[in-house]
Amino acid sequence: MMDTSNVPTGPRQNPELEEISPPITVVGPVAWLRTNLFSSPFNTLLTILAVLFLAWAVPPFIRWAFIDATWTFPREVLDGARGPNRGDCAPDGACWIFIQARIGQFLFGFYPADERWRVVLVFILTFGAVAGMLIERIPFKKQNALFLFVILPILSLWLLLGGLGLEVVSSRLWGGFMLTLIIACVGIVLALPLGILLALGRRSELPVVHLLSVMLIEFVRGVPLITVLFMANVMLPLFLPPGTTIDPLLRILVGFTVFTAAYLAEVVRGGLQAIGRGQYEGAASLGLGYWSMMRLIILPQALRISIPAIVNTINGAFMDTTLVAVVGLYDFLNIVRTGSRDANWIGTEIDGFVFCAAIYWICCYGMSRYSISLERKLDTGHKKR
Amino acid sequence: MADIAKPGRHDRQTATAWWRDEHIRGLIAQAITLLIVVGAILFLIHNMIVNREAQGRPFSYSFMDNIAGFPIAMSVIPVDLNSTITRIMVAGMLNTMVAGVASIILATIVGFVIGVMRLSPNYLISRLAGAYIEVFRNIPLLVQLCFWYFGVLKLVPNQRNSLNLLDAVFLNVRGFYLPRPLPQTGFDWIIGALAVGIIGALLLRRWSRQRQAATGERFPVLWTGMALVVGLPVLAWLAVSMIYGTPLNWEFPVLKGFNFQGGIVLLPELTALVIGLSIYTAAYIAEIVRGGIQAVSHGQTEAALALGLRRSWTLRLVIIPQALRVIVPPLTSQYLNILKNSTLAVFVGYPDFVSVFTGTVLNQTGREVEVVIITMLFYLAISLTISLFMNWYNKHIALVER
Repeated sequence: MMDTSNVPTGPRQNPELEEISPPITVVGPVAWLRTNLFSSPFNTLLTILAVLFLAWAVPPFIRWAFIDATWTFPREVLDGARGPNRGDCAPDGACWIFIQARIGQFLFGFYPADERWRVVLVFILTFGAVAGMLIERIPFKKQNALFLFVILPILSLWLLLGGLGLEVVSSRLWGGFMLTLIIACVGIVLALPLGILLALGRRSELPVVHLLSVMLIEFVRGVPLITVLFMANVMLPLFLPPGTTIDPLLRILVGFTVFTAAYLAEVVRGGLQAIGRGQYEGAASLGLGYWSMMRLIILPQALRISIPAIVNTINGAFMDTTLVAVVGLYDFLNIVRTGSRDANWIGTEIDGFVFCAAIYWICCYGMSRYSISLERKLDTGHKKR
Repeated sequence: MADIAKPGRHDRQTATAWWRDEHIRGLIAQAITLLIVVGAILFLIHNMIVNREAQGRPFSYSFMDNIAGFPIAMSVIPVDLNSTITRIMVAGMLNTMVAGVASIILATIVGFVIGVMRLSPNYLISRLAGAYIEVFRNIPLLVQLCFWYFGVLKLVPNQRNSLNLLDAVFLNVRGFYLPRPLPQTGFDWIIGALAVGIIGALLLRRWSRQRQAATGERFPVLWTGMALVVGLPVLAWLAVSMIYGTPLNWEFPVLKGFNFQGGIVLLPELTALVIGLSIYTAAYIAEIVRGGIQAVSHGQTEAALALGLRRSWTLRLVIIPQALRVIVPPLTSQYLNILKNSTLAVFVGYPDFVSVFTGTVLNQTGREVEVVIITMLFYLAISLTISLFMNWYNKHIALVER
């Protein structure tokens, strides 16, 4: 077909040939559309269906949530003539002034308004310390850990509950997003060491310790969280010596901690199992006893491997805090739900739940992205390739 | 006692003091642990007994035979105000099963579809599936349930303005109405024909496998089997219609006065629970399915195609069996999660086991310990059963190394 003498062997040999761009069907947006959306009749059909679905679902949602939504209070409310209500909102749009009117309660529950700076201070300190731990470039990790795990809990307890010069605020008044965060943080901080102990117990060669750990872990993992909370709520007071009472929040914290610890224990056990025998043998040959071996050699490696899974478990625990409403605590979801039952705000259920869902989603999605990025960063050589 | 005779032990004992002996230390540690745990448990139980005696309610299960005296909104077995607590409890257990099984089936279907969509070469479809997974996995289940129940199903139109599909399916604030099948004379014959068809197809498959193993000839099992399973009941249907008249009638829900009569009604509580549980769990199942399919290396597909297998056979004979091995264990724990999460029924008022028994019965009788013990045993028993079944299934499909 072709005269071989005319075929160029390369661009260098044939300078008079001008450079032409690849055909439009191979690169560029058209090619992208072709390979990704219209590669076959079936694929084209799927694309059309997907576009139809998006056209059906997205514009109405955007119109409801942003365009038709009510963002500002009407004149009379701003002037203080009367309080706001559902009637101030457009009938077909989201009623965001409901959230604005109630935001204090949603965040702090029934905590006295003048004392809320204490809660804010506690969370600023906590997030500062946690950020200091999580961001690798920040120095003073040891001092930070001491602050986070020893000083901060005592300080927070004093700030939140009051006493010693501060006005006393009973835990019955705690609620909203603050309560959600408190339950999650306290539960997780207590559950982590307990979970590590249970995991070590489950891996122990001592039959009694092993059996007890397995029984506790499997029992707690076999029953739903709600029943654990029920049990903590109604049975803990019975189990205490006659005459003692126990704060309802504390009961729930006990149940929640034990539940989270059992799940964390299994995650940590996974990390422990990934550590090769050589590490144990090496540690033993150095003359280390069991606890020094675990503390100095095994646990640092095992925890490092299981950090992504631990973050996932923490994420699940954070979502599980919504269940404390079953014993009548006003966590974030419960207080939003109660708010939309108010006679002034009938018909704001969807608005409230969408707001709730958005807040939870931001927190949980952030945590899951963090866990994925950690997984990528830590995936440096433990895996065989 | 036997290990005292182990060789070398005495040498070690002479070398180190007895309190440094690892074996003895282990024994002591265990004895102390056991002492603490047993002591704590005995202390707690003692307190419990003392407290209960002081309140005049000694530990006993005799309340189970009492009359419950409260109605429950839905029940598979007939219950009324005079039913015993035991019977009410069983009704609650069955309601839990209904919600759990329905959610498991729906979540599996949706999860597999979304998981496959996530792997689609179509950019839009894959992104849509990704958005589904990221949205529903990161919102607490209870928020979703509340959204579906208090937000959506409570706001659907009233009975007069029901959402209507072909005059057969209705959705309104009282529930989800479906037509009820009414088998007529001769319907048993069709069921019988279906059973014969299925058994025949299974026998046919066995025979064709043996023949293929012996002679190498293939037999179109799929088509003949389907013809048997579908064809026999259709023939029976025609025959029965000619002899007795229509074998199956439908009772359609009809608006009479203020409410719908007839048909099957799914309570809005059950609908919300099943929708919420399935959508939430499907996001997790989709990730499991995607992971499972991606775990089968591309070389497997290429090798199968190189052997001349068709695309559909490659999928059926090479990829799916290997992917299932990765999918089944985590799928088990998702099924267990559905079961455990079905206890969130308490929040939407669906009368499941926890809502009826651990909620209402506990409140009415005040028998905390007895009720909580039964609750725990029920869930432990179900968890164990599902685990055992899935372990058996897992072993069945596990890699047989030769």
